[in-house]
Amino acid sequence: MEAMNPTTPSGCLCEDVDPILDRYGRDQGLLVSILQDIQEKYRYLPKEALERVSAALDVPMAQVYAVATFFKAFSLKPRGRHVVQVCMGTACHVRGAPLIRDKLERDLGVKNGETAADLSVTLESVNCVGACALGPVVVLDDEVQGHVTLTKVDALVKKVRS
Amino acid sequence: MTGTSGWVADGRTGPTGTPLIRSPRDLEEARKRFLASYQAVQKYISVCGGTGCRGGGCLAVAQAIRDVVREEGLEQTLPVRLTGCHGFCERGPIVVIYPQKIFYQQVKPIHARKIVTRSAVAGEVLEDLLYKAPDTKEAIPHEEDIPFYRKQMRLVFGRNGAIDPENIEDYIALGGYSALVKALFSMQPDEIIEEVKRSGLRGRGGGGFPTGRKWASMKKAPSPDGRRFVICNADEGDPGAFMDRSLIEGNPHSVIEGMIIGAYAMGATAGYVYIRREYPLALQTLTTALRQAREYGFLGQDILGSGFSFDIGINRGGGAFVCGESTALMASMEGKVGEPRPKYVHTVEKGLWDRPTCLNNVETWANVPLIIARGADWYAGIGTDKSKGTKIFSLVGKVNNTGLIEVPMGITLREVIFEIGGGIQKGRRFKAVQTGGPSGGVIPESLLDLPVDFDRLTEVGSMMGSGGMIVMDDRTCMVDVARYFLQFLTEESCGKCVPCREGVRRVKEIVERICRGEGRMSDLRLIEEMAPEIADGSLCGLGQSAPNPVITSIRYFREEWEAHVRDRKCPAGVCKDLITYSIDPVKCTGCMACVKPCPQQCITGERKKPHVLDASRCIKCGACYEVCKYDAVLRQ
Repeated sequence: MEAMNPTTPSGCLCEDVDPILDRYGRDQGLLVSILQDIQEKYRYLPKEALERVSAALDVPMAQVYAVATFFKAFSLKPRGRHVVQVCMGTACHVRGAPLIRDKLERDLGVKNGETAADLSVTLESVNCVGACALGPVVVLDDEVQGHVTLTKVDALVKKVRS
Repeated sequence: MTGTSGWVADGRTGPTGTPLIRSPRDLEEARKRFLASYQAVQKYISVCGGTGCRGGGCLAVAQAIRDVVREEGLEQTLPVRLTGCHGFCERGPIVVIYPQKIFYQQVKPIHARKIVTRSAVAGEVLEDLLYKAPDTKEAIPHEEDIPFYRKQMRLVFGRNGAIDPENIEDYIALGGYSALVKALFSMQPDEIIEEVKRSGLRGRGGGGFPTGRKWASMKKAPSPDGRRFVICNADEGDPGAFMDRSLIEGNPHSVIEGMIIGAYAMGATAGYVYIRREYPLALQTLTTALRQAREYGFLGQDILGSGFSFDIGINRGGGAFVCGESTALMASMEGKVGEPRPKYVHTVEKGLWDRPTCLNNVETWANVPLIIARGADWYAGIGTDKSKGTKIFSLVGKVNNTGLIEVPMGITLREVIFEIGGGIQKGRRFKAVQTGGPSGGVIPESLLDLPVDFDRLTEVGSMMGSGGMIVMDDRTCMVDVARYFLQFLTEESCGKCVPCREGVRRVKEIVERICRGEGRMSDLRLIEEMAPEIADGSLCGLGQSAPNPVITSIRYFREEWEAHVRDRKCPAGVCKDLITYSIDPVKCTGCMACVKPCPQQCITGERKKPHVLDASRCIKCGACYEVCKYDAVLRQ
């Protein structure tokens, strides 16, 4: 995760991307999995990495780009060190998730779907994390927080800020 | 052509060593050993390790219990098992003491010591951690006596609490993989398909297509190079449904066993599980389970000496709701954008890589070993005329007992919501239940006695879907819920068919306008006119069913829509532009609780005197409403 500063991907990413390509036998059919691993490494998909994937798999850049922009898992922009996901599943929605999202936007100073300028945090909504019984749910850095209230948001924001 | 290199789609291959179990006899001998060691441990503490309980802190609870066990020097005599989901997520973290099966709920790490020393060792029942009946306040010590469980029929889900999902030996000990032996050694492939047909099993992913018929079509379809695939759809995208995840997390081998049986019946050469990226724990459990299945000889070459070879790989989804649709899912598995294609040629004939492919949902696969082991007649005896067996539902929303439930088909919504679910939270009034996710609809109180099966739900304009049941009370706005689903569908439409891409967006804009108080009476008619056009003009299920949530909402809750349009009011107090916050001077005790959380500092007042809310500065964030213990904040 801490491989490099995501804002300035170093000159040659090939060294980092190639092992991932090799792990999947440079198989075109596994493009989604390959991109997922790259995303995991850099927290986003750097342009250089996509170019490398396109060349190595012999897949047109347009197709790589189409896949990278189609799926929610991928981001073409660097994401924050912390990722706050507000679950917008139906169960969370009826239990007040929109108010939670609005408060997170206000308190983090980041709009839903955006990353803070200093890359400290990304706020995004997700369509159901499958913890519906605990709604409303917020996932902070892959950790599910259940029964979130507006009062509890303060503590979450503090955690992100610390 | 490229792709499907090797067996395993994630690039990792299994061990090449000889499997531990090479014949049915090996399996029976192993089972005896595993069962003996399983039963040797009579006394143990089981901690629910489902995602729901993890969100409630069960890992810390398990750790605390293990610490106490170690401090007390009991490691050898008192094992701690982390199991799959018990279903009663509302009450998590859940801890069960065996062999007495004492059911503790909402356990915290500070309870660890007394659970170990007083309950597990000394046999005391800790009253304060028991579930209490909401009406009588009577403490209930055993799981099976709790109303939430009493009406359930946990055929598929039942072993979740009894086995360690990371240990295949538990599954084998309790009879696992015996259905596979029966299928491989005493049934012909066609007999298996016939058995599944006769059982009446229908696809649990939403559509309810007869599974046996699908299998028969796949079996018949020719493949140019002999390759044929089975896929397990674990891309559980319906918001509000999480049974597939819990099945994989709690009992992964039941799904794997079902897939192997299906593969043998249909002559498949490889299998895949397409799993959602949002489910890291399920992915981990499944990866472990597949590795163990390979090591023990249930996957790989010449399974149990039957001559049948088959393996299963994992394919991680990229996060797109439309990929729950078969052709979109397969496109995504080929490294393409997940767009559906027209299905005049079905995927059972030309699916993944244009080869015959059978896609079934997690729960469908998990039903297969049961049908093979206990017979189609037994299975067909459960449920209704055209919907057989049980169905797992995620009962969530504004209901008291939220969680996962498994019930026989044909049970009424009322039984589910009021008997199993324990009624509506905070004694409020039931308003509607949403089934079928973004493809389904809302069902009003007048239809509560509806028996739940595929056809009844479709008749009333909703559908079974994958089994989400989201309960709504009088504080849920039905216009807002329709807006919510339209927003969801607009985001998730892949954009291929114009009626879906543009039509759903248009309807969403209209509903958003209504939520802002700018609706016109003609809007409702316009929506009703557009709905069939969107449905008819779309290729896949997403667009075809996209109008369901809004249409059922208008059909059953027209008054509420008219209140938004005509009176510019949101009776449920949800639509921000149509409500104002105020403080009831009679109910307000002047406790000051609401003053500090208000980000606008627009609530003023002295201690013990009624407060005043300046509506002109209020941003309707809901902070005061949430903290007020006296219902003095009004949202109208």
